Amino acid sequence: MRRALFAAIGFAALTGAASAQDLQRFDLIERGRYLAVLGDCAACHTAPGGQPYAGGLALQTPFGKLVAPNITPDRETGIGNWTEDEFVAAMRDGRGRGGKRLYPAMPYPAYTKMTRDDALSIRAYLATVNPVSHAVEVNQLPFPFNIRLSLVFWNALNFTPGRYQPNPQKSAEWNRGAYIVEGAAHCGTCHTPKTFLGGDKSDAPLAGATLQGWFAPNITTDPRVGIGGWSKDDLIEYLKTGTNAWTLASGPMAEAVFHSTSKMTDADIAAIATYLKDSGVGAAAPKPVTVALDGKAMRAGAAIYKDSCAACHRDSGNGEVNLFPRLSGSALVQSDDPTTLLRVVLQGSRAVSTSAKPTAPAMPAFDWRLNDDQAAALLTYVRNSWGNTASPISAGSVASARASLASAP
Amino acid sequence: MARKLPAKDVVIIGLGWTGSILGYELAKAGLDVVAIERGPWRDTATDFPPAYVQDELRYAIRLDLFLRPDQETLTFRNNAGQTALPIRSFVSFLPGNGVGGAGVHWNGQTWRFLPTDFRVRSHLEERYGKDALPADMTIQDWPLSYDDIEPYYDRFEKLCGTSGKAGNIRGVKQPGGNPFEGWRSSEYPTPPLKQGYGATLFAEAARKAGHSPFPQPASNLSEAYVNPLGIKLGQCTYCGFCERFGCGNYSKSSPQTCVLPALLRFPNFTAQTESEVTKINLDGTGTRATGVTYVDTSGNEWEQPASLVLVCAFALFNVRLLLLSGIGKPYDSQTGQGVVGRNYAYQTTSSVGVILRDKVLNTFIATGAHGMIIDDYNGDNFDHSGLGFVGGGYMGMWQTNARPIETRPVPAGTPKWGAQWKKATAETFNRAMSLGTHASSYSYRDCYLDLDPTYKDRLGRPLMRMTFDFHDNELKMSAYLTDRLAEIARALDPVEITPSPRKGPYTIDIYQTTHNTGGTVMGADPATSVINRYCQSWDVHNVFVPGGASVFPQNHGYNPTDTVGALAYWTADAIKGRYLKNPGPLM
Repeated sequence: MRRALFAAIGFAALTGAASAQDLQRFDLIERGRYLAVLGDCAACHTAPGGQPYAGGLALQTPFGKLVAPNITPDRETGIGNWTEDEFVAAMRDGRGRGGKRLYPAMPYPAYTKMTRDDALSIRAYLATVNPVSHAVEVNQLPFPFNIRLSLVFWNALNFTPGRYQPNPQKSAEWNRGAYIVEGAAHCGTCHTPKTFLGGDKSDAPLAGATLQGWFAPNITTDPRVGIGGWSKDDLIEYLKTGTNAWTLASGPMAEAVFHSTSKMTDADIAAIATYLKDSGVGAAAPKPVTVALDGKAMRAGAAIYKDSCAACHRDSGNGEVNLFPRLSGSALVQSDDPTTLLRVVLQGSRAVSTSAKPTAPAMPAFDWRLNDDQAAALLTYVRNSWGNTASPISAGSVASARASLASAP
Repeated sequence: MARKLPAKDVVIIGLGWTGSILGYELAKAGLDVVAIERGPWRDTATDFPPAYVQDELRYAIRLDLFLRPDQETLTFRNNAGQTALPIRSFVSFLPGNGVGGAGVHWNGQTWRFLPTDFRVRSHLEERYGKDALPADMTIQDWPLSYDDIEPYYDRFEKLCGTSGKAGNIRGVKQPGGNPFEGWRSSEYPTPPLKQGYGATLFAEAARKAGHSPFPQPASNLSEAYVNPLGIKLGQCTYCGFCERFGCGNYSKSSPQTCVLPALLRFPNFTAQTESEVTKINLDGTGTRATGVTYVDTSGNEWEQPASLVLVCAFALFNVRLLLLSGIGKPYDSQTGQGVVGRNYAYQTTSSVGVILRDKVLNTFIATGAHGMIIDDYNGDNFDHSGLGFVGGGYMGMWQTNARPIETRPVPAGTPKWGAQWKKATAETFNRAMSLGTHASSYSYRDCYLDLDPTYKDRLGRPLMRMTFDFHDNELKMSAYLTDRLAEIARALDPVEITPSPRKGPYTIDIYQTTHNTGGTVMGADPATSVINRYCQSWDVHNVFVPGGASVFPQNHGYNPTDTVGALAYWTADAIKGRYLKNPGPLM
């Protein structure tokens, strides 16, 4: 909390533009540290159990493997030799040292919205971390994706450079939220659907996308499959603590909460919530027809639910706040893309532990206990009970989820 | 030769209730803490998932969560005239294994001792005269009073979220609670559990007989609860898989459910599992511990230096570790001299089986501490004049489960197997219930623990030897209590009633309870105690035994865990508030 307070003071006190001679300034470095939290740089650039920012985490992209580079100040293997302009270009234009094009796993399509001052603050902070000599082979993509020249075409199609333009119709808080969501926190990198080339679908921002075997949910204001049912306070609680009356963060979002959102200032979390609740996107998605209760799958699903699920999630589907996620009215349960739902039931998952909510409960795996037909019946039931409405789940989709989880690293 | 590790401020031996509580309190105070645990890591969500934890064969019959005798056992005999032999399968009592210790497999019964229990010898001698107690009975007053420990009971119950109904809040009697209990600073953290039909019938009968039945205090939570560490617990589902099981519904309080999620967030806390502490090391003067030696699963030996050593293992193993480490003078039953191993005691339990006429009891709707109780015959709540014994216990209809393998109530005379047995089981199952008494076990000169002269463990260290039998005082008490319970049961108009008072001799091949107490008892006099009022060794000032049941001078008519947890908090406060400021003997 003290750190957060420092950060807030840093923002208020900082008026002049950053420049080379003041990269040692504490307030600048502290601001950069906080921006690195907002941007969750460590998520990719720190390997599990590795030295901070020394790189080495392999990202599984749809095109192959990319490894996040060393961004410590080491002069040989890190970015110690980079100029300010080179750093800013990497952040905002996707152009590394010597003009080398970066793969968009580095979220420069989002960071392009950041101010030069903010980018340089991060640079000032990174200059203070422990330099680590650790050479990383970034590009481990197969042909033809390993040819960086292809990025010229990718950028032409998918990348719109440019700073964030404040919306004068909206409050300062809303604009701060938009700046964080669209820029530093790069929420769309996971939550925005992708084109077949991996670029953002510009007509459906934040409408949810599948990655790394999870469905990063729709975080538009759609009432059924988005966060339209969440109050602003629900959203704030979720980002701050990893849990709220609706759900608990697990999977990649657990990491995002652990490393980033739970460490944001209260003001920034409120700004994000203000923006997401009023982002102007997320007209209600077409609602499928509710599966009738008297079908064979629904009857079987009800029986399985009673036997295997109701002890925690309750007959009502209301679960228990901060412990067992609520299924009734849940966007995740009703999601058009059931990737996460299938994964959680088959493989289980663990909620995040934060200082405010340390419990970190878990969903057990049921893959050994439910066959494909049973899992399909169960999920069809929970997607169409207690007022929920969603397409039925087929045994075939359970089987393919099972297969893809089994082959996942 | 042990390899030496970097020194820590605190080494904790055993990561159960006391280890977790002390770990949390001292890590929070900023100390560098390592807990060394013999058994495996165990976590609520991933080791006890509701998807498979209700497996009676695995957990209740094959005892998956318990200590195996090849890890450690002890030898047993009823009296010094016999030769003790090794216990080759644990039956009478079941020591736990792994993180959470007994706090994983317990039932959740969360009782405070009576105010008079804390000064039991003084109280009984004042009321019944100096000669009322048998000459060989070695009970003694605790070195602290109920008033001293009350705030710590309150803290432990709030940690657990215990469900119940207070009978006495700051001296004001509360209807519906236990009228005999000591004062409470506040109501239970969560309301009482819903009671089953059998318990309701018992309560009606007890009330008609002039008693004041009340719901058993339970750390199986009646509703969801957030404890003071910010950890969330869930509502009990009454599944009846508590004792011998971990609870994946987060509704039975345990170290992993109530403490560890918060404790593990401290970067200055480390848990070292599957590592057995073999010895507490002393400096040349023998008055200061330098740390511990432990062995990992590969047989490698490590020395962990530390400024403070906390002995937090199961009661029996606390005693053995002090004996093996040469801390405190071993007890000699011939001379009555020495202290380590002295005043080993147990618990005196009995039952009254009842088969009712036309009732559907559904006793499988159950949880670990689920029932209606009367406390009229506990401690000195009743006049013992002319009865020929002292002590007592609570009694009532509490039924922790009706699991299918072990719950096979049949009328007397039914064959032990075959078609008739199956038929009788089916006809009787829903009409049968078990009433019980749970009573004190006072300590005696000839009941003790020492090192066995013959048998050794896998590391070549002597096993501990248990010498114990029930005494006439306890057997008379059990007969009396069981009669009183049977009187109430007869008012239920049973078709069959089977009172089973405890009979001697004590045998290790029938499960009774895992309430093994004493051996490192606390007291005001170093001649009759191992640790002082603050659970600090009289001999080695930086060794504490913070509240395992080994510190009980005798066992009273209640389950030990609440007192164990309260003493852990009591010791933590003494260490933080007094010892750290001026390390040395506190008394």
